[in-house]
Amino acid sequence: MRPHSLIAVALAATTACLGLSACGGSGSEGGEGSGSNVVKVTLANHVWTENIKKALPEFEKQSGLKVEITQLGEDQLSDQYNVKLNAGSADIDVMMYRPLQEGKLFAKNKYLADISDKVTANSDWNWSDFQAGPVKSTTYDDKVVGVPLITEQEVLYYRKDLLKKAGIAAPPATLDELKSAAAKIAADNPGIAGFVARTGKSAAVTQFSSFLYSFGGDFIDDSGKATVNTDAAKQAYAFYGGLIKDYGPKNVSTDMSWPEAMAIFTQGKAAFYTEADSLYANATDPAKSKVSDTVGFAPFPAGPAGSKAYNVPSWALGINSASKNQANAWKFIEWATSQDQTLANQKAGVPGARQSVWANPEGTATYPKDLADAIAVSTKTGVGHDRPLVVKVPEAREIVGQPIVDAITGKDAAASADQAQQAFQTLLDDENK
Amino acid sequence: MAADTALRTAPLTSPTTPGWARWANRHRKWLFAGPAMAFVGVLIVFPLGWTVFLSLTDAEGSVRADKSFIGLDNYLEVLRDTDRFWPAVLRTVEFTGVALLFEVVLGMAVALLLWRPFRGEKWVRVAILLPLVATPVAVGMMWRLILDPNIGFANQMLGWVGIPPQPWLSGEKTALMTTAFMDIWQWTPMVILILLAGLTSLPDEPHEAALVDGATAWQRFRYVTLPLLMPTVIVAILLRGIDAIKTFDILYATKGKGGGSFHEVETLNVYAYGLSFDYNEYGIASAVLILFFLIIVGSMWVLTRRSKEA
Repeated sequence: MRPHSLIAVALAATTACLGLSACGGSGSEGGEGSGSNVVKVTLANHVWTENIKKALPEFEKQSGLKVEITQLGEDQLSDQYNVKLNAGSADIDVMMYRPLQEGKLFAKNKYLADISDKVTANSDWNWSDFQAGPVKSTTYDDKVVGVPLITEQEVLYYRKDLLKKAGIAAPPATLDELKSAAAKIAADNPGIAGFVARTGKSAAVTQFSSFLYSFGGDFIDDSGKATVNTDAAKQAYAFYGGLIKDYGPKNVSTDMSWPEAMAIFTQGKAAFYTEADSLYANATDPAKSKVSDTVGFAPFPAGPAGSKAYNVPSWALGINSASKNQANAWKFIEWATSQDQTLANQKAGVPGARQSVWANPEGTATYPKDLADAIAVSTKTGVGHDRPLVVKVPEAREIVGQPIVDAITGKDAAASADQAQQAFQTLLDDENK
Repeated sequence: MAADTALRTAPLTSPTTPGWARWANRHRKWLFAGPAMAFVGVLIVFPLGWTVFLSLTDAEGSVRADKSFIGLDNYLEVLRDTDRFWPAVLRTVEFTGVALLFEVVLGMAVALLLWRPFRGEKWVRVAILLPLVATPVAVGMMWRLILDPNIGFANQMLGWVGIPPQPWLSGEKTALMTTAFMDIWQWTPMVILILLAGLTSLPDEPHEAALVDGATAWQRFRYVTLPLLMPTVIVAILLRGIDAIKTFDILYATKGKGGGSFHEVETLNVYAYGLSFDYNEYGIASAVLILFFLIIVGSMWVLTRRSKEA
């Protein structure tokens, strides 16, 4: 090849490359233009998501829009938001997020669009139907930034057959009864744990919170001071950790979140399990659970301060403030959170955030009777948060979760609580600066 | 080469050559290097520069939020952090050191065994390479199941010979070495591959001479094979070392965020990931990453210096 034809080829190749990349860029830009009829929705792996996907064709038909769904696990979802929203990407129109975990951070970073006007625009859709607690958690600086989707309460999962075998007539109503029942069952049934629950430092915090409240404690007091080394908190840490250490599975891992703990329970290896009610289908579905016919549900057992389970909005839908397709994004949210969809989801086992679906007998008809009763108790006496409500939730969870794992592994949990108190107070001071 | 010289010396333009071609010809060294330089600039220099910039600011929450320049404060904070940073450095060194030592020693042993032709050689080589093609996350999940303290196969096997169940990954003290073991299981084949390639290219004569002189097998290995193979060994150590020090997938797949509840397997890479993706502390995370980068570059520099001396 002659030299200058070589150069020509190289140039041609370079321009071709440039042309291609330019095409690629403009191609993706084109989809995001204002009023595009493609709505990009990012959702978490959840029973709700499966239900909404089934109902989607109906929405696409009536609205003439096309919905593109990206579905991810909780942690991957957070990472995805961190990368895309940080970059100001318009790739996401509607986002499913956790108001208690990321709500404050996202709102502070202005990732969530202000939808105050949108929620009140349509009176048929009825914004006032949503429960007050959840609405508070999707409101930031008096602006509505999300629509609550799913609520969650902590309940006690238990094995009816094991209780019967141990001669225990009713599920434990107090934490003391829970402890003695767990001890008895663990002693009588080798290979079966009396009690199981999440053990991961961060993962356990939410399910530990009901223990904390029922002992009379909380993470933060009304004046904004850290309170994780009060007597009540120390008792709660020792109790939760002690239950797992003494009556939990042998060689228990300290990395368990709900999939691992749920697996132990549904494999028939534990008698009691405290967990969010929204995951109940994992235990009652014969395809996933070996104990589907013997699982029972009870309200969270009462501690010295009564039975105080958390009652929280676990997921909400919001609009990405960088989205160029906000009007259509809202159409999707309006449909997905409509009374019909909320009711349909509730019937499929996903507790909704609308008051009307709970008032409607149809709304709880498909629930196991004891579960519906347990939820009714928690919604009455429940506490509206299941983790410290701060901006840096992940960091805070690791701090207040340390005494839990220390208690599980038999370390000095009280000293650990004192340490956590100090670290947590530093974090709070830092945020309030 | 004749063609090469011709390219450099022959008159490339004639009066009829169009202007753009003359220009292109005059700047052809830039033109040809251009794409590679753009690639390096966009994908290496810019991100590195941006990370250095972030490490000098108090960026947190969102990288687009207001941030102010705080000089070397982040570095001072990180270097004074005996709670997470220094233990993470120690774990990184431990993990890399143990993994590398076993991989090189085992790799050398297996490579020597495979050196001489034997029957079924092909099948053995394929079998040995299998761990290499598995994705690390899948490897992590597989070992997690095998090593599960209650239902895992490993503890059942120990039970058959009367050894009580071990905590493996869930033990505060055993987790890091268990993950190092997984790394060894997966990556020793790569070291074997590199060393075997080195061995097959060695000349036969020095060996024969040593044999004639009456050297024992060990002496032949120690004083003939090993010195000749040293450049290849250094390459294997470098490649595997850089990879091992940056290990993330196996650790994350088996122990999750923060390297477990007691940060049992939190190496520098896992720590930096947690700082940026869990805590959104971009300034500090960048400082950790820059320090991490310096550690890698530093140790590689020492290694290559050593190899040049050798």
